[in-house]
Amino acid sequence: MPGSSHTEWMQNVAHVAGADLSLIQGGTGRPLLVLHEELGHPGWLRWHAALAQSHTLHIPLHPGFGVSPRVPWISSVRDLAGFYSRMLRDMGLSAVDVIGFSLGGWIAAEMAANCAEQFRRMVLVAPVGIRPPDGDIMDLFALTTRAYLDTSVYDPAQTPEFPVLYGGEATAEQFEVWEEARAEVCRLAWQPYMYNPSLSPLLEGVSGLPTLVVWGREDRIVPAGAGRSYNRSILGSELTTFEGCGHRPEIEKAEEFINRMQNFLT
Amino acid sequence: MHIMIFTERPYYHVPEDEIIKNASYFGISNTHFDPVKGSALYNEYFDEALYAEEQGFDGVMLNEHHGTPFSMGAVMDVEAAVLARITKRLKIVLMGNPLPVADPIRLAEELAMIDLISGGRLVPGWVRGSGTESLHQNANPAFNRERFNEAHDLVIKTWTTPGPFRYEGKHYHYRHVNPWVLPLQKPHPPIWIPGVSSPETAIWCAKHRYPYLALASFLEPTAEIWNLYADVAAQEGYQAGPENFGYLQRVAVAETEEKAQEMGKGHMYGGGIHAFARPEWQFPSGYNSRESTRRLARIFTDPPFNPATSASEVEATRRRIYAGYQTQQDNGQIILGTPDSIIPKIRNILETLRPGIFSIWHHHGPVGHADRMTSLRLLGQEVLPAMRETAEELGLSGPYECEPGSRPLPASGLRDPVIGATAPTR
Repeated sequence: MPGSSHTEWMQNVAHVAGADLSLIQGGTGRPLLVLHEELGHPGWLRWHAALAQSHTLHIPLHPGFGVSPRVPWISSVRDLAGFYSRMLRDMGLSAVDVIGFSLGGWIAAEMAANCAEQFRRMVLVAPVGIRPPDGDIMDLFALTTRAYLDTSVYDPAQTPEFPVLYGGEATAEQFEVWEEARAEVCRLAWQPYMYNPSLSPLLEGVSGLPTLVVWGREDRIVPAGAGRSYNRSILGSELTTFEGCGHRPEIEKAEEFINRMQNFLT
Repeated sequence: MHIMIFTERPYYHVPEDEIIKNASYFGISNTHFDPVKGSALYNEYFDEALYAEEQGFDGVMLNEHHGTPFSMGAVMDVEAAVLARITKRLKIVLMGNPLPVADPIRLAEELAMIDLISGGRLVPGWVRGSGTESLHQNANPAFNRERFNEAHDLVIKTWTTPGPFRYEGKHYHYRHVNPWVLPLQKPHPPIWIPGVSSPETAIWCAKHRYPYLALASFLEPTAEIWNLYADVAAQEGYQAGPENFGYLQRVAVAETEEKAQEMGKGHMYGGGIHAFARPEWQFPSGYNSRESTRRLARIFTDPPFNPATSASEVEATRRRIYAGYQTQQDNGQIILGTPDSIIPKIRNILETLRPGIFSIWHHHGPVGHADRMTSLRLLGQEVLPAMRETAEELGLSGPYECEPGSRPLPASGLRDPVIGATAPTR
């Protein structure tokens, strides 16, 4: 993985609800659950390394996304959220910090809506899951993976980690993992596309969970209005918007992102 | 041998530049659809099917595609119902209903009605549909094959199990299954399945003893797929024969070679079948198995055509499309000429593949009604008699001469060859 040595993390397999689940684990300190985006875990990035100084990162590789095998009874994002709640119980982790990106943000929000007490602090980075008040969530299934990736950042030239991770021709293996991930997202979120009408009303019942919602002003994947909807739904949440930034603040504004996370997750 | 006529019923009034600019027939705005022209075309295509019956064809093959000028067969069953009433003898062969996007109970009713109206001349055929069908109907592509299998089983059950019954499946749920109209043909109409060389489909067909119709694939992979089918048939305890196999061939036939050359270009229009849809629409997420995805990886990174924005790009793409015309003739993807020149070429396919069903895709692109009628006349009067003679000589029995799946295996238990002695060269 670029920018980091493998000594910082390990890939392990846990058994959850009768299924094998691969996890990337690394770092030291308070547990931090990281829920990855719709195209899979993008690799160990600068922000992972920075937060691993003070947190033990647990990054489950979603079932059916090309690494962990599919779990046949998971047929919605809410099912997947329930699966991860069970994982936390099985691993003896309670009141963990959580950070979810895009699809992973939706999973975290579903978990919080069901049982906010399983989290200490929650960060949602450009989450899907709530229908934006204006505009639509960009349709992953109408685009090639390449086009979707290119749409996801505002200025690739100013995003050093973007070409490292996603530049050049995709290898056959990379292509297959993307396709596996897309197919599983298709099973989970084809219709309605990438949102759950019952999420917002259920989130309104959540209180006492410090929540940070992070958005890029120029996000072309999920219109920034959805961030305001999340902010309104979760009592006491904060909304941070980065300027000149698309759907991936963690690599587009890596420095500011890391600072913000370190402050919020202390 | 069962010989049928086929056309995509193209809406060919869209300027070629629009297809090239879009790098795909699918996705062109329907502002390019002129209903007056559409109305005329549907009726011409019906007239041509009637004429095909007069000219001695055994069947008319229809297909279904949504949201594309490539084919006007958006609701194929509507066309089939009309043909059921206006034709007298032709088998109405549907290749086929995209099962994963259908309501299986309604489909069972539609097909039963067509079978009844036609007096038992319906041959239903079912497909997974191109990914574009899934997009058009918003049917989840990741469940395409599961839905195909479940819908198939449910339609057959609906036709053969006394109602009412309750159905609780994975993708389909019905409280009360009891359609009043049931097919005339018993236990149900014969089913043929078209395919484009997917091993999964061939294996599935062989297990169900359904004839498998290869859609204009190259002869070599077609032979491989038919051998796979025959192997599975042998495991199932029967000998596959010509009645288990069909082949679709693109042709262009005219009074002169020059005219046929001009007509055949229609198969290349806008990129032809290679411009049916962009890869992300044709093979959406989850539509293919992991193995097929691996095979297709190159198409995604290197699609046959890309959207053209400038006039010079459009011209460059057009040149590239038509530069392939001669190759398609050389490799047999398009057979064209006068009847005398195409008869030996078709005979070569019959000798090589030994199909019992043959479908002639006789025009595409901007080919006018008069030329299409001439094509039907020449095919009927000159090509069909020659093909029937060859079929007789080679023992190519169709599914109406020999029930598919009824041949016993040789006493040795080892199956006989199904492909001709001449190895396919393309």
